[in-house]
Amino acid sequence: MNLYTRRRIRNVLALVISGATTVFALFWLFWILWTTFSYGVSALSPSLFTQMTPPPGDEGGLLNALVGSAMMSLLAIAIGTPLGVAAGTFLAEYAQHRPIGSIIRFVNDILLSAPSIVLGLFVYTLVVAQMGHFSALAGAIALSFIALPVIVRTTDEMLRLVPSAMREAALSLGVPQWKVTVQVLYRAAMPGIVTGVLLALARISGETAPLLFTALNNQYWSTDLLAPIANLPVVIFQYAMSPYPEWNAMAWAGAFILTLFVLLLSISARAILLRKKMTHE
Amino acid sequence: MPASAPSASPASAVDMEQHARRDARADRLFSILAAAAGWFVLITLTGAALSMLWGGREAFATFGWSFFVSEEWDPVNKQFGALVPIYGTIVTALIALIIAVPVSFGIALFLTEVAPEWMRGPIGSAVELLAGIPSIIYGMWGLFVLVPIMGEHVFPWLNDNLGEWPWIGALFQGPPLGIGMLTAGIVLAIMIIPFISAVTRDVFLTVPTRLKESAYALGSTTWEVVWDIVLPYTRSAVIGGIFLGLGRALGETMAVTFVLGNSHRLTPSLLEPGNSIAATIANEFSEADSEIYLSSLMALGFVLFVVTFIVLVIAKLMLLRVQRQGGR
Repeated sequence: MNLYTRRRIRNVLALVISGATTVFALFWLFWILWTTFSYGVSALSPSLFTQMTPPPGDEGGLLNALVGSAMMSLLAIAIGTPLGVAAGTFLAEYAQHRPIGSIIRFVNDILLSAPSIVLGLFVYTLVVAQMGHFSALAGAIALSFIALPVIVRTTDEMLRLVPSAMREAALSLGVPQWKVTVQVLYRAAMPGIVTGVLLALARISGETAPLLFTALNNQYWSTDLLAPIANLPVVIFQYAMSPYPEWNAMAWAGAFILTLFVLLLSISARAILLRKKMTHE
Repeated sequence: MPASAPSASPASAVDMEQHARRDARADRLFSILAAAAGWFVLITLTGAALSMLWGGREAFATFGWSFFVSEEWDPVNKQFGALVPIYGTIVTALIALIIAVPVSFGIALFLTEVAPEWMRGPIGSAVELLAGIPSIIYGMWGLFVLVPIMGEHVFPWLNDNLGEWPWIGALFQGPPLGIGMLTAGIVLAIMIIPFISAVTRDVFLTVPTRLKESAYALGSTTWEVVWDIVLPYTRSAVIGGIFLGLGRALGETMAVTFVLGNSHRLTPSLLEPGNSIAATIANEFSEADSEIYLSSLMALGFVLFVVTFIVLVIAKLMLLRVQRQGGR
């Protein structure tokens, strides 16, 4: 076999293997989605949305967990969005060429990939240990720390994409800088910022680890922010690890609802970005 | 809108001056608020590190350095050592990397050089969807689907075929439970593939076309272009992407907690239940009944934080290096 054939064979082999690795990754994706879908749909029932989480061996639903998760996620977004947008503004508009800007950007990127369990422990020391008990508020604060870096990063990136001609045009009219930021830049970057918020929501709604030591769980209906609250991820965790088949089935139903919600969110976030890109071209 | 129409009267000049002063004040306030939010990000990271160091001070003071080398984890006698969780964390992350790195490289190669144009977007997004699935779903899938398969087919096969080998045999001996470090490593690999492949693909795309085309013009095959031109050109960013995945794998909690088995026994076998830092904290935090127990878990959290911090800093620095190169 001459050199030429050997090189061609190696090339074809490598390209085939690269295709195979892609199929390999997609295979897991479909397998996981299919499992969640098939187990989840067979466990779906209207009572999931009307009844409370049951004791072992009893019928019930996930209403309190769904409401608890929604409350904490929305509160976390309500805390994280203003902070994140403000910090992103600082990075893009005020600290663009200052060392502090690159330091914060660096730290924010690390926070983005930092283990969520570590942030959970932080909020435990900060809130739970001070208050003396677990609470929905602590859970929301923990989730907001996870949402924060996502929002900071997208805001920063989107503001930097706004053409500087816009800034200069507005400033040359004598508009003060804060008004330029709020009325011109935010408006131009709005789709991007909304995408960031949606991605952050998608990320925190499936987050389990930090809630284990902040919101804990609650078998009963509660909307008290200062008391432990039921939430979907922790309920899924407990029910999936339990030996009772009814609980396992409900965990799958919860997992199905969660996955559907998260995937729809991230797909619509992408769609917003894509539409923005297309209108720009 | 407040009246600010220019006019000649002296009253409106005062008005405008007041207006300008109000604007300047609002400007200053706005920039202070933005800067405070920026600093808040910095404070969060330092606060997280310090709070865990503070929470773990009792464990560090009581056990000293032996905390890191003792395999004893005995809540009843209040003796705690972190060796087993640290070992489990490192081993599962390494298994994940061994699987995920070649696969991610293959995906990046496929998406940048092999696949037809119309296929690249959809397949890239589909792989990225893997990253969007919550980690608890991976854990459940691992426990209910992967564990039975591993226990019935893979573990016995490994045990029979590799268990007798010298040296590496010890890695593959164990009961066919299906849970253990190998299963956890596989689940982690699936989770970090999208991260590593996304970074690798993006940096592969930054390689200048003329560089690749020169190589093609000299008669290189696609594989040779990727291996000898693209990969050396993007080496540090690819390593950065791998470290990013490693950081994820080290800190991942829920997926691992489901399939690791929560056992505090040190064993070389990949087929036996083990533990990881994150899984230990998640499993035991709410049942920690003594000060020193809680403090030991906090100390574990601190160790995890420091390790992932170092890994992520390396990842970022590697990636920044290429960004600077590309910007030139």
